[in-house]
Amino acid sequence: MRYLPLTPAERAEMLGVIGAGSVEALFEDVPAFARLPGPVPGLPLHASEMAVERHMARLASANLSAAEAPFFLGAGAYRHHIPASVDHLIQRGEFLTAYTPYQPEIAQGTLQVLFEFQTQVARLFGTDVANASMYDGSTACWEAIAMAGRVTRRKKAVISGGLHPHYIATAATMARFTGDALDTRLPDLAAEPDDAAVIAAIDGETSCVVVQYPDVLGRVPDLAAIAAAAQAKGALLIAVVTEPVALGLIEAPGKLGADIVVGEGQSLGVGLQFGGPYLGLFGCRDKFVRQMPGRLAGQTVDADGKRGFVLTLSTREQHIRREKATSNICTNSGLCALAFSIHMTLLGGEGLAKLARVNHAAARKTADALAKVPGVTLLNSAYVNEFTVILPRDAREVVRELAEYGVLGGVSLGRLYPEAFALHNGLVVTATETTSDDDIHALATVLTELLADTHEGSPT
Amino acid sequence: MSAVNAAGWRPEMSQGSAQGAVTASGDKGLMLEEALIFELGRPGTCGVDIDEPEGAVLPGLEKFLRASAPDLPGLTEPETVRHYTRLSRQNYAIDLGPFPLGSCTMKHNPRLNEKVARLPGFADVHPLQPQQTVRGAVEVIVQLADWLVTLTGMHAVAMTPKAGAHGELCGLLCIRAALEARGDKREVILVPESAHGTNPATAAFAGYRVENIPATADGRVDLAALTARLGPDVAAVMITNPNTCGLFERDMKAIADAVHAAGGLVYCDGANFNAIVGKVRPGDLGIDAMHINLHKTFSTPHGGGGPGSGPVVLSEALAPFAPLPYAERTAEGYCRLIEEEDAGTDHPHAFGRMSAFHGQMGMFTRALTYILSHGADGLRQVSEDAVLNANYVLRSLEDVLDAPFGKAGPCMHEALFSDVGLAEGFTTLDIAKGLIDEGFHPMTVYFPLVVHGAMLVEPTETESKAGLDRFIASLRSLAERARAGDAALKAAPVLAPRRRLDETLAARKPVLVHPA
Amino acid sequence: MTTYYTEDHEWIAVEGDTGTVGITNYAQGQLGDITYVELPAAGATVAKGDAPCVVDSVKAASDVYTPVSGEVAEVNEALADAPELVNTEAESGGWLFRVKLADPAELGALMDKAAYDAFVESL
Repeated sequence: MRYLPLTPAERAEMLGVIGAGSVEALFEDVPAFARLPGPVPGLPLHASEMAVERHMARLASANLSAAEAPFFLGAGAYRHHIPASVDHLIQRGEFLTAYTPYQPEIAQGTLQVLFEFQTQVARLFGTDVANASMYDGSTACWEAIAMAGRVTRRKKAVISGGLHPHYIATAATMARFTGDALDTRLPDLAAEPDDAAVIAAIDGETSCVVVQYPDVLGRVPDLAAIAAAAQAKGALLIAVVTEPVALGLIEAPGKLGADIVVGEGQSLGVGLQFGGPYLGLFGCRDKFVRQMPGRLAGQTVDADGKRGFVLTLSTREQHIRREKATSNICTNSGLCALAFSIHMTLLGGEGLAKLARVNHAAARKTADALAKVPGVTLLNSAYVNEFTVILPRDAREVVRELAEYGVLGGVSLGRLYPEAFALHNGLVVTATETTSDDDIHALATVLTELLADTHEGSPT
Repeated sequence: MSAVNAAGWRPEMSQGSAQGAVTASGDKGLMLEEALIFELGRPGTCGVDIDEPEGAVLPGLEKFLRASAPDLPGLTEPETVRHYTRLSRQNYAIDLGPFPLGSCTMKHNPRLNEKVARLPGFADVHPLQPQQTVRGAVEVIVQLADWLVTLTGMHAVAMTPKAGAHGELCGLLCIRAALEARGDKREVILVPESAHGTNPATAAFAGYRVENIPATADGRVDLAALTARLGPDVAAVMITNPNTCGLFERDMKAIADAVHAAGGLVYCDGANFNAIVGKVRPGDLGIDAMHINLHKTFSTPHGGGGPGSGPVVLSEALAPFAPLPYAERTAEGYCRLIEEEDAGTDHPHAFGRMSAFHGQMGMFTRALTYILSHGADGLRQVSEDAVLNANYVLRSLEDVLDAPFGKAGPCMHEALFSDVGLAEGFTTLDIAKGLIDEGFHPMTVYFPLVVHGAMLVEPTETESKAGLDRFIASLRSLAERARAGDAALKAAPVLAPRRRLDETLAARKPVLVHPA
Repeated sequence: MTTYYTEDHEWIAVEGDTGTVGITNYAQGQLGDITYVELPAAGATVAKGDAPCVVDSVKAASDVYTPVSGEVAEVNEALADAPELVNTEAESGGWLFRVKLADPAELGALMDKAAYDAFVESL
């Protein structure tokens, strides 16, 4: 076995040192009935590198990858160009095969990266501080709701209908068990997000208001107005950013009054990977830092007075507080945070702003092209790189038909909201710097054809 | 004989040590210091060539535009590559040497895993693509699920949890949902005092009250105490097996039977599955749920603290409650992911959703690659070699380091030592920091909490005997120095990129971001 | 003013109907460098045995139990910037909070200085 260095002779020699007659004797504490006499039945035996690669490559080729098709999906996961140096650097063994930096003297590489990452996230979000990352955007969002409960000592969260439905489902799952109340709503197919409804729902029991920015339909809520309304009632505003590239163009949520800003960092440096691993971003005001979940890197000095970094404020965490911890989280998303940080370093603030403009331009072109397709209407009055169009029939079917033509045309609202029939003709379409004019043309052309067929088939 | 290079440069040997040297740059040979990107970068510098944006901003967006670009310095590609490469050299890693962190299973990360995970058919696929375009990705999830279920002798698996602690939460929520479904309002989870901190934290987050169960003198769960505590209020017990002392819970089946008889369920923390993979099926011991850390047993890289992946295998009683999306192979052999759209008819009792998408796909491809490489026979060899290596460390050092449970018999895949016998004023921390100067990553220290000054050594199966012998020699030397009271050890490390860091300062006056 | 002690290593100095609560010098020595003190809200009602206050060191978070019931009259704001006072002046400037006593009879169950010193000696 190519991964196991011990030779049979060494095994025998080591058993001699141990004073055991056989390896089996080392397992004497396992009751005999539970010890298998040989390999687990019903499973294949070992295979060569070449054979395994062939098997896996065959499975990979059964998927239509984003590079192979005109591609317009977003809704929480985004396809951006990742500079070659990002993937090269994260594969350095010193990053890839290191553990959580519990021995800071020999983990300054990871720790300094995390400190830089925290600073980048805080500056991008416009918050005082940020943590060293969480599992993904949806779990970061729930952690923010739980944290708002600790800060305000209230248990009711008002959730905008513009929050990604999987984020709502994740929070609702947890809230069921923690006793938190979530005041949720569906999105309306309206040009503007549901700011007014959210503001009207805030009362003296509200711990927080959760608003996605831009929202799941690509609309942009007025965070400043919602922040003012929340804070007037003693509630916190949690802004959720699923597409951080958008913040190259629109104002940072922290600057608009958000108390906690969370998000999905996948857009920068991390590939689509069919949904994970991704990268939860979490920033907040300085005064809440001891209520924050997740790991934190902090600056200090060593015994010689040299600057260095350590994991800090760990008394918030599970290994110290056990059942009183702020979260049960043990891992962060370290390697994805590194990828994000490298990509952000390559871009810089002005590069990010320019990238966002390029994304916006691609989205405008796409929206203009789709608006000309008979039967299609554009919903949004504002968007960055993602918008919603209304089709004349169920968008789920259209998405599947587009795929038959080799076009990955967007995310249907029927996929996201299977039980909300009123939304089923909605299609969320995303364009990024990877979107070409040919892609836009292909989408508009095939969509025109598919919808024309529909009209012929069903003249309603 | 004429000297080579007689007239030219000749090395002068033994002229002082590198450690005390002072240089103008602050760097010392290959020991390189590196500034922060906020000190190196310049506003306006960009390492990516981006086309000029065409057209104007949508009028409706104008009122939302930011006042100025984010205050983030940029670097060109050569500067970026150099920054991160220099930083990387301040890290210890498995690729550099043994990383014997107990309960962390720091084994070699095969590079085929990385190659496979980067195939565009896996790496460049969106989670919300129509299922007809992602058959291969779904097949990967289901194939891995099949392996995990068979290796553990369980009934089903929830694949979506994103790490071990997330898997624990998933397992407890399955238990809670199952109990609620039968109208049973139990409130207490029993956790042995030797448990990893995530266990009580998770139980509290799942809405339970946590009670500790004591250990016996031989480091195992006290069956009598546990049985005495069982009753109609106990929802479940959470047991780590092999446990955090590196010992197999011999009474596991008796514990499970007693818990089941009292109407409760059994959660097993699978953090230490590497000790028994391919050799023992936890399902044969009566457990109802167990998470598997793919980043431990199945070699997906730790990445400096994540991402992990924590699928949870489930008994038949718990399978209906697994969260969405739920991967299954239909009776016709067709692989699919059940999401909200079909859950009402096909998986109606799901307790909810753990995260936005389908779990850690990038870790699934790596873990499946690892598993297929080893096969059932290779995995059995993995646990046997892991246990052999740990026992070799235990017996090679027990004359100089106190092994609190060493007399009782063999250990599993971890060797546990304590600070008993060290000279006055010398601690486990001193030995750990001494290992850094010796060129090794320290073992896990001060865990489990039930052993004073614990040192938990997990060599894993991917260490060679020669590598282990070098590690043992260093640890022996350090143990002898600590027993003899060698004051120089108190200063360790002196050869690492940094000496001991002031954690009190960091916590009292937190500096978590670089000032603008 | 009379000072009383608990087996959990809190002290309470009582003057009139108000008691000032802190942790003992022995306790701070056991905890090591104090990095943060989580104080109760002034005006909160506490019952004897509650843990309204948490003292953090680098590697531990320790609950501080109130030796008496009553209303929190004042907290030591100086600790926000200088938690190290709990180390340097545990039984004076490093006090944690003041309680307006609801039931002075509760003091009867506490130790005096001599009893506490003997208790520490026995540990």
